[in-house]
Amino acid sequence: MASPTSPTLQLEGTHTVRAAGRWQVGALTQGGIVQILHAKLKSVPDAGTVHWDLSQIEALDTIGAQLLWNAWRRKRPSQLTMPAQYETFFQRLEETGTLHLKKPPKRHWYSLAALHDVKANIVDHALDFITLIGQLMLDLGRFLADWRRGPWREISASIFHTGYQALGITALVGFLIGVVLSYLSAQQLHQFGGDVYLVNILGMSVIRELGPLLAAILVAGRSGSAITAQLGVMRVTEELDAMLVMGMQHGYRLIMPRVIALAISMPLLIVWTDAMALLGGMAAARTELGLTLKYFVQNLPDAVPLANYWIGLGKGVVFGGLIALVACHFGLRIKANTESLGQGTTLSVVTAITIVILADAVFAIIFTDVGF
Amino acid sequence: MDCDPNQSTPGTTPIIEIEGLRTQFGDTLVHDNLNLHINQGEIVSLVGGSGTGKTVLLRHMVGLTHPAAGSVRVFGENICTADPRDLQRLRTRWGMLFQHGALYSALTVFDNVAQPLRELRVLPKDLIRDAALMKLSMAGIGPEHALKMPADLSGGMIKRVALARALALDPELLFLDEPTAGLDPNASEGFVDLIRSLHQEMRLTVVMVTHDLDTLFALSSRVAVLADRHIIAYCEPGKVVEFKHPFIESFFRGERGLRAIEAMPDEQERPDETIMKNLTETQYGK
Repeated sequence: MASPTSPTLQLEGTHTVRAAGRWQVGALTQGGIVQILHAKLKSVPDAGTVHWDLSQIEALDTIGAQLLWNAWRRKRPSQLTMPAQYETFFQRLEETGTLHLKKPPKRHWYSLAALHDVKANIVDHALDFITLIGQLMLDLGRFLADWRRGPWREISASIFHTGYQALGITALVGFLIGVVLSYLSAQQLHQFGGDVYLVNILGMSVIRELGPLLAAILVAGRSGSAITAQLGVMRVTEELDAMLVMGMQHGYRLIMPRVIALAISMPLLIVWTDAMALLGGMAAARTELGLTLKYFVQNLPDAVPLANYWIGLGKGVVFGGLIALVACHFGLRIKANTESLGQGTTLSVVTAITIVILADAVFAIIFTDVGF
Repeated sequence: MDCDPNQSTPGTTPIIEIEGLRTQFGDTLVHDNLNLHINQGEIVSLVGGSGTGKTVLLRHMVGLTHPAAGSVRVFGENICTADPRDLQRLRTRWGMLFQHGALYSALTVFDNVAQPLRELRVLPKDLIRDAALMKLSMAGIGPEHALKMPADLSGGMIKRVALARALALDPELLFLDEPTAGLDPNASEGFVDLIRSLHQEMRLTVVMVTHDLDTLFALSSRVAVLADRHIIAYCEPGKVVEFKHPFIESFFRGERGLRAIEAMPDEQERPDETIMKNLTETQYGK
């Protein structure tokens, strides 16, 4: 053992066990000493009857005392030599007795109780979400009835955060997707000599599908997570409770402004993303197929009926509202601990993206015959 | 004046030595040329008005923040220049109780206390279990609460669990940031008793920031008063109240302060009877 002060244990004959050195947590944890001692202590025959000599111990703390105590099977051995100053440690251990930690019963995920919890959880989520929508309708009614005193400031701040600040990322992603799409289609179309149809393919797919979906997925990841985390931290810091006490309703001051803001900024972002994606497409088409920008712009209105544009904007309003609602729903369910905050935010983003794609499918089914 | 913070007591081992410390946040100078020595086995209370940097000083001592100038030595090791390995070893020798507990909210009470023990990576499982439950019971938390989450605890229990966690590794030095703030008088008295008995039993050195005069008089062996950006007075609670300074006068000699001085434990040195009388007269008029 390394230094003269490290804790040691010696068996002298079969009758005496002598402990020496510093039996303190700092010394015990150096270089695996504690494992050696633990094994040695376990191997002491008849721990209750041998003579324990602790007089050589230089220093003792509760961890060291506990180690010895456990070796004694939690009772004082009949023969014990020990300096008086260590008496308090063992007295306390003796007085306290054995403390039991009740382990919660283990449950399998397929057990009846666990399955019941899952069901209850799903029902709970559904009820909560329906309540949220109902409350939103009531709040919107209140807002329309007294629009002068509505939460305008919150709405405009939200539009700034969710709309203006998202312009950069949506532009970048939109442009790049436009370039990629244009290159891919151009290669295929060139084989059939249908170069001019690039405008149709690009215009239709970007304006009707890709623009809205891209913008929505980006906003769900960006603003959805921000809203959930913000509400979650407000729960942790009791700000939500403070608002209620001061008579500020969560629905009216937190949820409705965000839903309105996203329902406004989302379509605007879609227009922006569409423009950027088409710009990227045009640039790629010019280098790949030699289609001039002028040709592209002149032919776009003929290739894509205006109805598609409206469908895209309508999707924006719906997606924006859904993202805000899902984010608020999960944000308000966060409990006051860090793990719940992380889980809630993850769940919120995943659910928001899934719901957006689901809603997109519904749009596709409803408007099958429109805009062609 | 014999309350000079620069004076070191001969024949004692200093555990914390702060010299020429300066703290600056932007243009605000918080500490300037601050000196403080804390000896082994003492219970030192740091008092001062709001914003005088008591908690900041505590954070300097545990190395969470670094001063703009000056040195902080704990166990003889300069916190600002110590290499990471030494600093890591130092960290197992002290414990800190944060003002709001700072329990890990995702872990149970038991896991919170077992965490520092598990972090050593070598202790056997049953020893960790027993030691953590023992520390909890020393702090007055029974094993029936061990599996609760911090969010389900009352303020007093959070403080107790946080104390148990701070004591998990049997530290030689304990930092307490507002240990009794937010506790009802009963609970705070219990907490004071707890710290006092642990101090005797585990031979701790305690540094605490407190506003609570009862706690201060009941526990401290010395009081360090922080005002005008440095320690203006540093001596026994009985003497510190006699020090002439506007802050001390308003802090200790208000009605609240006088009541707390009255209730001081007998074994401690009380301010002179005549001074007490004068104080009372200035307080209530002739």
